[in-house]
Parts: sequence; C-alpha cells; structure tokens
Amino acid sequence: MTTLADQPVKALNGSFKLSMLLNDTRYRSLTFQFIALVAIIAFMAFVGGNLVRNLTEAGLNISYAFLGEPSGYDINQRPIEYDSQSSHGRAALVGLLNTLIVAFLACVTATIFGVIAGVLRLSNNWIVSKIMAIYVEIFRNVPVLIWILIIFSVMINVAPSPRDFRGDDPVASMMLFDSIAVTNRGVYLPKPVLGDGSFLVFGVFILSIIGIFAFRSYSRKQLFDHGRLIPTFWPSVGLFFVPAILMQLILGGPISLEYPALAGFNFRGGITILGSLIALWFALAIYTGAFIAENVRAGILAISKGQTEAAGALGLRPNRIMSLVVLPQALRVIIPPLISQYLNITKNSSLAIAVGYMDVTGTLGGITLLQTGRAIETILLLMLFYLTVSLLISFFMNIFNNRMKLQER
Amino acid sequence: MKKTVFFGALATAALASGVASAATLDEVKARGKMNCGVTTGVPGFAEPDANGVWQGFDVAVCRAVAAAVLGDSDAVEFVPTTGKTRFTALASGEIDMLARNTTWTFSRDVDLKFEFTGVNYYDGQGFMARRDLGVTSAKELDGATICIQTGTTTELNLADFFRGNGISYEPVPVETGAEAAQQYTAGSCDAYTTDASALAAQRANFEDPTAHIILAEIISKEPLGPLVRHGDNEWGDIVRWTLNALIAAEELGVTSANLAEMAAGTDNPEINRLLGSEGNLGGMLGLDSDWAERALAVAGNYGEIFDANIGESTLINLSRGLNAQWTEGGLLYAPPFR
Repeated sequence: MTTLADQPVKALNGSFKLSMLLNDTRYRSLTFQFIALVAIIAFMAFVGGNLVRNLTEAGLNISYAFLGEPSGYDINQRPIEYDSQSSHGRAALVGLLNTLIVAFLACVTATIFGVIAGVLRLSNNWIVSKIMAIYVEIFRNVPVLIWILIIFSVMINVAPSPRDFRGDDPVASMMLFDSIAVTNRGVYLPKPVLGDGSFLVFGVFILSIIGIFAFRSYSRKQLFDHGRLIPTFWPSVGLFFVPAILMQLILGGPISLEYPALAGFNFRGGITILGSLIALWFALAIYTGAFIAENVRAGILAISKGQTEAAGALGLRPNRIMSLVVLPQALRVIIPPLISQYLNITKNSSLAIAVGYMDVTGTLGGITLLQTGRAIETILLLMLFYLTVSLLISFFMNIFNNRMKLQER
Repeated sequence: MKKTVFFGALATAALASGVASAATLDEVKARGKMNCGVTTGVPGFAEPDANGVWQGFDVAVCRAVAAAVLGDSDAVEFVPTTGKTRFTALASGEIDMLARNTTWTFSRDVDLKFEFTGVNYYDGQGFMARRDLGVTSAKELDGATICIQTGTTTELNLADFFRGNGISYEPVPVETGAEAAQQYTAGSCDAYTTDASALAAQRANFEDPTAHIILAEIISKEPLGPLVRHGDNEWGDIVRWTLNALIAAEELGVTSANLAEMAAGTDNPEINRLLGSEGNLGGMLGLDSDWAERALAVAGNYGEIFDANIGESTLINLSRGLNAQWTEGGLLYAPPFR
C-alpha cells in the first residue's frame, strides 16, 4: 500500500514533462478523459448552436410564455382544481400528477403480481408452475401498447354502460348493497364525507395502528426472550377495526358515505375511477409483473439450495422458509433489476393517450403542444419531467437497495 | 416516451429543413411524385378503397394538383396523418401539401407558419348521439360523457360551448376517428363531437345509421382547406389556383363530359383563359397551358367531386348547403381567372 501511494507524490516532486501526459501510464488515462470531455462539450455546443441558429432563421424563438396562458381545454381526471380557463402550466401539472398516480398504482400492483408469479413458478406443483410460465411468456412477449388496447376494448365492450342501469328492470345492477357501479366508463365507489367529530375517529384509528405495532413488537419480544408464541393475527385485525368503528357508533356516525347514483347521463357522486386509468394501470401492472416474476425467480434461484434445506432441517414450514430465509436474501439480487422495471412502468405510462388517459404526455406533450405549436419547448419540458421522476425513483430505490444489501464489516 | 422523442426529433428536423426547402415545385418535379398528407381514413373524404387506392373528396384535391403539376393523377404518395402528426409532417417537408379536414385558424396560419390555400369545405362542429337517448339539442347534454378527437380545434370549441352555456361534461380524448367511433358505439361516451361532415361520414359506416342523430347545433365555424408550408409562394399559388380552377369550372359549366370540347376554344374568354386556349395563365404558375384541363380531367369540377364522394347520392349523404356556388346561395366563390 505505502509504495503505491508514494509514487504520485514522488512524481510531483520530480520534474514533470509534457510528454508524460502521453507516455506515462499514470497520466495517460487522465489525458484521454480530458480530451473526451472537451469533445463531448464541443459536440453539445455545436448541436445547441445549430438548433438556436435554425430557430432564429425560421423566425422562431424559445419561449415558455405559453405556460401562463389559458389552456382552453378540459381534462377528465383532475387531482387538483382545474378548468379550461386554467393555464397550460397547470394543465401540465395535472398531467404530471396523473402520470405519477398511474405509475405508483402500477408499480405496487406489478410488484405483487411479480412476486406471486415468480414464487409460484418455482412451485413443485406442475400445473401451478406451468400456468405461471405461460403467464410470464404471454405477457412479456406482446408489446405493452397491444395489452393496453386489448384490456381497454374488452372493458368498454363487456362492462355495461350507465344506460343499462336505468329502468324498472335494468340489464345491469350495482354491487355490494347498491354502493359500487362497474360501467364501461369507469368504476364508481362511495365517497367518505367527513362530518363534525370525524377527527376523533381518525385519532382513534391512528392510535389503534400504533397499538398494533406495539402489540407485535411485544409478542416478538415474548417469543425471543421467553419462547412464548402469542397469536398476533386476529388481535391485530380486531385492533384495526373495532376501536374506530366503536368511536364512529358512539359519536353517531360523523363519517358518512356518499353513494354514486344515476343522474342524467352518468353516475354522479362518490369517487370515480376512470376506465382509461383502470385499463392502463392493469395493463402496465400485468405486463411489467411478468418481468418482475422473472427477476424474483432469478433471485430465488440465486440462493443456494442448502439454505432451504438447512431451514427445513430446523423445522420451519415452507412458507416461513420462503418469507424468513429465502426472500430476504433474494431481495439483494431482485432489487437492482426491480428499479429498472419501476422506471419502465413510469416511462411506459406515456402510452396513456392510446386509451385517452390524460397523463403529462397527453396534456403538455399532446394538446398543449398542438394548440400552441411550441414543439421544442414542450418536448424539452417533457424530457425534464420524465428525467426528474426517473432519477427520483432511482434515488429512493437505491437507498432501499443499500439498506437491504449485505452489510460488510 | 419513445413517441415523445420521435416527435422531438421530428420537430427538430422540421425546423432544420423547413428553411432549406424553398422550391417545392422543383422538388416535386424531380421526385416525379407529390407527397400529400391525408387523414388515416374518413369515409368520403379520404380512405383507401377495396383495392388500396385512395379515394375521397380531399384525395381528389391532391390528385388534381398532381395532374396539374406532373400530368399524372396517380403520381401521388398519400401519407396518412393523425391530428397530432399532420403539422409536423408538413413542416418537416415529409409531405408537400396537406389536404386533411384541417380548419383554417389564425394561429395555424400565422404562428405555426403555414399557408392555407383556400377552403374546399365549409364545415362546423356538431354532435352525434344515439336516437334513443332522446336528446335533440346539444344544450341538453349536461353531464354527458363526450368523445373528442384530441389535438384539434374541436376540443377548444367544446370547452367554450359548455362553459358559455354553463353546463358540464366529461371529455374522453381519442386519437383517431376510428377509435372515437369504436368508443361511441360501445357506449362509453354518450355523444361524439367533431366536424359535422365527418360525423355524417362516420355514421354512414355504422351498423344502423338511422339509430343515431346529428344534433341541430353547429357550435363553430370550421373552414376546411388544403395547406402548404409558409414561404414557398410559388407552390402555394399552384395549390390555391388548382382548387380555384375546380370551383370556377363548376361555376362556368365546365364538366368532365364537355371538357375536351371546351378546351378546344369557346365563346367565353374566361373559360378559354382557364383551359389555356387563350392567354398564358399556366406559364405564370410555372406550369404549361393545359394545367387546369389536366386537373379537371381527373374527376371533373368541384360539384362533380362533391357529388361522387360525399353528395346526396352517396352513403354519406351531405347536401351542398354552404358549399354551393355563390350564385346558388353558397359560399364558394373563386376569384376571376384573368
């Protein structure tokens, strides 16, 4: 170690000649890196300069002033307040939120699909493992756009339209005590309406969740310290529901539900989940789930069989072997490719316009671009949006990865 | 994202080449083929027939220009464009002219740097709804789910109309007319809005056209016409005056039946100037004197093209209405050939 570290110091002390930049292996790599850097900067400057020159020649200028002008169009899914008088910038923000909503939902669902399919594909049950193999091969070998379109057209053709709910003897009817309506325009769910005192119910609910965690750590402590196995499942379920429901009853129902009801052309009231969101969400989840299943399978196969056998020899049941021994170790192999899959979901969500879901590509990169004609500005902004979102996902997943990886001391 | 990058590249290419290509006429002549942007398929206006040959009202304008310039009405490469891709395709030089139900608006003409060469169809935005819905006026569509083609003027008109009348709606944006028709027939939207002519055209293709009505309200002015890139005035003149020739021919009574007879020379000096037996209008355009005769030989005058593609004898069944000659109470008015 000492000799290696001493060398550069000596060289600095000694005479430095220009020729050493090429001939000396210690400097040569630095020289080439520097040349490459200069070349890249020069290339970017040329491309940028070319763009600006051509724009000026065509009489166009880069301006983001249009972001402040009224957009003039309506958006069907609005997570924040928006109407046709709002600005193009706000329309872009609505689109961005819609992108994040579908990406988040699809990431969670794809992970669930992927883990289940990946584990089951290694099942000893021949039928189960073959079914999972078929799922993986069918879904990952057909382009996701095709899946989005297939799922969407099946949905709009199979689900009843709101008209079918009308009349004395309707063709379709609502589910679960007339609270949920599944139509080809989307799913209508009851919406909780918060009345006076609902914060008390919430407070009790949060307290009972804290209680569940406390109870679980207590039972774990009992298991490790005294070897007593306390059942946790049913008490947790009880803690989750009972206190909050009791509080709701005592206070005379501060939280009520607003049910969707047929009014005019559509169902009104309640929460609407648009059909386009469902189709896009489900298609992205089931498509990416197939890839994640393969990652999970690879991760599990990377854990030596001896681990499973050793755990079995200790008397653990198969599902505990999987959740306590194999999966925690497999996660180290699974997480890095999983990050790529999450990024893929986010970027693939830009196919949303195929089913009319207004994501950021549909608002900023679609209608705004067409109405203002500001192609370069909107595309640059879009690239910036996707880059930022992707880098943020990478950042948080890498933190998670660092926590899960083998801690070397 | 892939699509986005593609548009970005297109847009960049558009700006790079938009400046360079000045003489479209020379380019088209050298290529031996004209590239014409059309829709991805609207019955009657532009749609490939059973043999894969493009037919329709907009297509006829492309063919007339190709005949005038190249002498061959089949020397056209039809490039299907969507509402989203049409302007980039034209700006980038991928197509030489766009004849695609495109509304002439201020910002497209001025800000997007295109040149509208006239109006070949005076249209307006209408609504189509199922007859059994019992709706007769668009003002009764409060709370309805409405399918719209995105990237068009219709979604702005729609927002204005509903805001102006203080009623609400749920927009369902779709990319092409075919997708809109699919969603509308499946019942995932209550009404479908686009230019009234396109509504009539699409309704003709439905299983039971009589089950759908086109509501009385026309909520906008939609002058549709062919357009070219800004800055190449010679090419713009050729497209403009070919369209005017088709319109003027109807006014002057030149039809495909009497074309050869008329071209030999008549008592009417304007017909003679139009068809090249008098004066040198073709030469001024950079073409020969038979240019208009060739354009008219393809499918006849404006009226004949209208009747054959979208007129009352066809499935689309559109009446002339605003698109009659000015002498018959319409808006078609070709400037004099002189």
